[in-house]
Amino acid sequence: MIEKNVKIINNAGLHTRPAATIVKIAAKYKSDFYINKDGLSINGKSIIGVMTLAAAKGSDLVLTFEGEDEHEIAEDILSYFNRGFDEL
Amino acid sequence: MIMKRTNVLKGIATAPGITIAKAFLYRKEIESISSEEINDIAEAQISLKEAIEKSKKELGKIFELAVKKLGEKRAAIFEAQMMILEDNILIDTLLNRIDKEKKAPEYIVHDEITKYQNLMNASTEFYMKERSQDIEDIKNRIIRNLKNKKWKSKIDNDVIVVSENVTPADTVLFTRANVKGYITNFGGITSHAAILARSLRIPAVLGVHEATAKIEDNDLIILDGYHGEIIINPTEKQVEYYQDKIERLATFDTELLTLRDEPAVTIDGQKYIIQANLDVNEEIEFVIQNGAHGIGLVRTEQLYNVLENFPDEETQFKEYCDLANKLYPHSVTIRAFDIGGDKVLPLDLKEPNPMLGWRGIRFLLDHQNLFKTQIKAILRASVNQNVKFMIPMVSSIAEVNKTKMLIDECKKELEEKGLKFNPNMEFGIMIEVPSAALMIRDFGKCVSFFSVGTNDLIQYLLAVDRGNEIVSSSYQEFHPAVIRALEFMVHEAKITNTPMNICGEMAADHYAVPIIIGLGFHALSVNASEIPYIKKIINNLSFKECRVLVKECLKLTTEDEIKSRILKFYKERFTEFVDKIFENNNR
Repeated sequence: MIEKNVKIINNAGLHTRPAATIVKIAAKYKSDFYINKDGLSINGKSIIGVMTLAAAKGSDLVLTFEGEDEHEIAEDILSYFNRGFDEL
Repeated sequence: MIMKRTNVLKGIATAPGITIAKAFLYRKEIESISSEEINDIAEAQISLKEAIEKSKKELGKIFELAVKKLGEKRAAIFEAQMMILEDNILIDTLLNRIDKEKKAPEYIVHDEITKYQNLMNASTEFYMKERSQDIEDIKNRIIRNLKNKKWKSKIDNDVIVVSENVTPADTVLFTRANVKGYITNFGGITSHAAILARSLRIPAVLGVHEATAKIEDNDLIILDGYHGEIIINPTEKQVEYYQDKIERLATFDTELLTLRDEPAVTIDGQKYIIQANLDVNEEIEFVIQNGAHGIGLVRTEQLYNVLENFPDEETQFKEYCDLANKLYPHSVTIRAFDIGGDKVLPLDLKEPNPMLGWRGIRFLLDHQNLFKTQIKAILRASVNQNVKFMIPMVSSIAEVNKTKMLIDECKKELEEKGLKFNPNMEFGIMIEVPSAALMIRDFGKCVSFFSVGTNDLIQYLLAVDRGNEIVSSSYQEFHPAVIRALEFMVHEAKITNTPMNICGEMAADHYAVPIIIGLGFHALSVNASEIPYIKKIINNLSFKECRVLVKECLKLTTEDEIKSRILKFYKERFTEFVDKIFENNNR
C-alpha cells in the first residue's frame, strides 16, 4: 500500500470539475484509491464521495493506493494534485 | 398609488416586467419511505437499476434542453448530477445494502444518499449547500422512479410559478410551458433562478417569504417585477390599474424604441453618451436593441457566480471578446471581479464588517494570480481598441500603482507568448470610496478615466448599510452631502481633464437625470431597459436649466427639500409624459 500526503493548492479548491477529473483518472486503474480528510475516508472512485469532500485551498489530505498498479495510479493522481488541478 | 394593500406581498425585484396570470404552486411532494423488510431481493435490485436508468434518461433530456436554452457552459451544472447516476461505487453500495439489509430500495437510496448530504450541509464551503440541493434532486428523482410516479414537472401553460425554491432543472423545464413569471420564498438576485429569469426575460420576484403559504393554486396574481411586489387575488380596480399600466408601458416602450438610433441631446445642444450596465452576457442582444452607446460597466463577478469558480484565461478571453465584437465600434468597459472575502473565507471566519473589509481591489491584490489571469484576458480582448479596464473599491494611490505594475507584467508575459493586445488600453478606477473622491485631482494624473459608483459612494459617505432594514431609510440618494460631493468630484475631474462617467443606480433614477446633467456628467451607464427612458428625458431637458436646478439644490440642507425641488422642476417642464416616466421608475 502507498500512502501520500497532499495539500490543495488551487484557489477554488476541490470543486466539481476536479472531483470529476480525479474519478476519471482513478477509473483507469485497478487499484483501490481512498482519500482521507479529517478522519473521513472516501472512495476516490466515487464522484458523490469526492464531491462531498469540499476541500478548500490549503486543506491537507492523505491519499492511499492499494493494488497491482498502485505505483502508476499514485503517480498519475499525485501529479494532478500537484498541478493544482491545472488551475494555477 | 392609493389602494388597499392588504393583499400585497413584498419581495426582491429580480427580473423586470409586469404580468397578470393564474398561480401554479410548484410543490415537490416528499415521498413516504417505508423501512419494511422485503422478500424478493433480486426484484428489488432490478427495480433500482431500472429507476436509475430512467432517471438518467430524464436528466439527459433536461441537459439537452438546457444546452439549447442556456448554452453549454451554464448547462454544465447538470453534468455533476448525471455523473452521480453513473457512479458505480455508489450503485454497488446500494445493491449490496439491499442484499444485506433486505430493505426496500427506496429506503436504502434515501438512507445512503442522505449521509452524503449531511456531510455537505456540515461543510463551511459556501457553495456546498447548493450542491446538497442538487443531490436532493437526484435522490428524489430515483425514489420517485422507484415508486413509478410521474414528477409534477408537467405544469400548466401561461402561469406564474410559485415555489419555495427553484432549482436550475426546474427553471429549464418551466421554459417549455411558457411561464409568465416566478415567485419564490427564497433566493436572491444572484441565485441561478434569478440569473435565468433575467436572461429569459421572465418577470420575477424572489425572496417573498410567505409566498407558498399565502398563495393557492389558481389564485389570480399580479406580479410587478419592477417594484418586487405581488398582489394576490386583486380587486377589479387593481387589475384594471395594472392592465392599463401594462398597455401604456407597451405603447410607450414601442414609442421609445424609435429613439434607438437617435442621439441623446438636450434642447440646448449638449450631447450625452448613454451606455448599458451588463450583468449576464445573455443581455447583450437586449443592450443593442435598446440603442446603448456601448457598455459602461461589465460586472465580471457574474462569471464567478454562474461557474462557481474563477474561470481560466481562455474562458474569460472568449467572453470578453464576444462582448467587444458585438458592441464594436462602441466601447466596453470591463470591471475587475468585485468580490469580497465571503467568496473564499470559510463561514466561521466571516469578517465582522465585510463592507469595510476584504473586497474589490484589496482582495484582487491579495490574489495576484487570479487578478493577472483576468488582466491578461481583458488585454487580449482589447486588440480592436474598444475595450477599457477598471478596478473597483479604490481607496489609495498605492493600489493604482500596484495594479499598473501588474498590468505591465501581464503585457510582458503576453508579448513573450506572442499574443496580441492593445498596448494603450485605457485604465480607469471606480470612485466609490470617499478617500478616492477627495483625491480625484491626484488620481487624475495616473488613470485615464473615472467611473462613479453611486451605490457604494452613498453608503460610505452617509455611513449607512442600505441592506440593513433598520437603517435603510437613512440611505438617501438626494442627501445634500451626496449632491455636494458629486459637484466637487466633477469639478476636480475637469481640472485634470479626466473623463468621468456615472454608473450607479442613481444614474437610472428618473428623478436624478436633471441633477446628473446639471452636475456636468456627459456619460451615464444604466440598465439596458432604462436607456430609452433616459434618452427621452434628456431630449426634453435644457442643460442651462438643469445647471440652475443643481445650483439651487446645492444650497438646500435636507433631502426632502431637494426632492420637492426636483419634482417641481419636472412638473413645470413635462406636463405630457411625466406620469409615464415615473410609474415605470424602478424604485
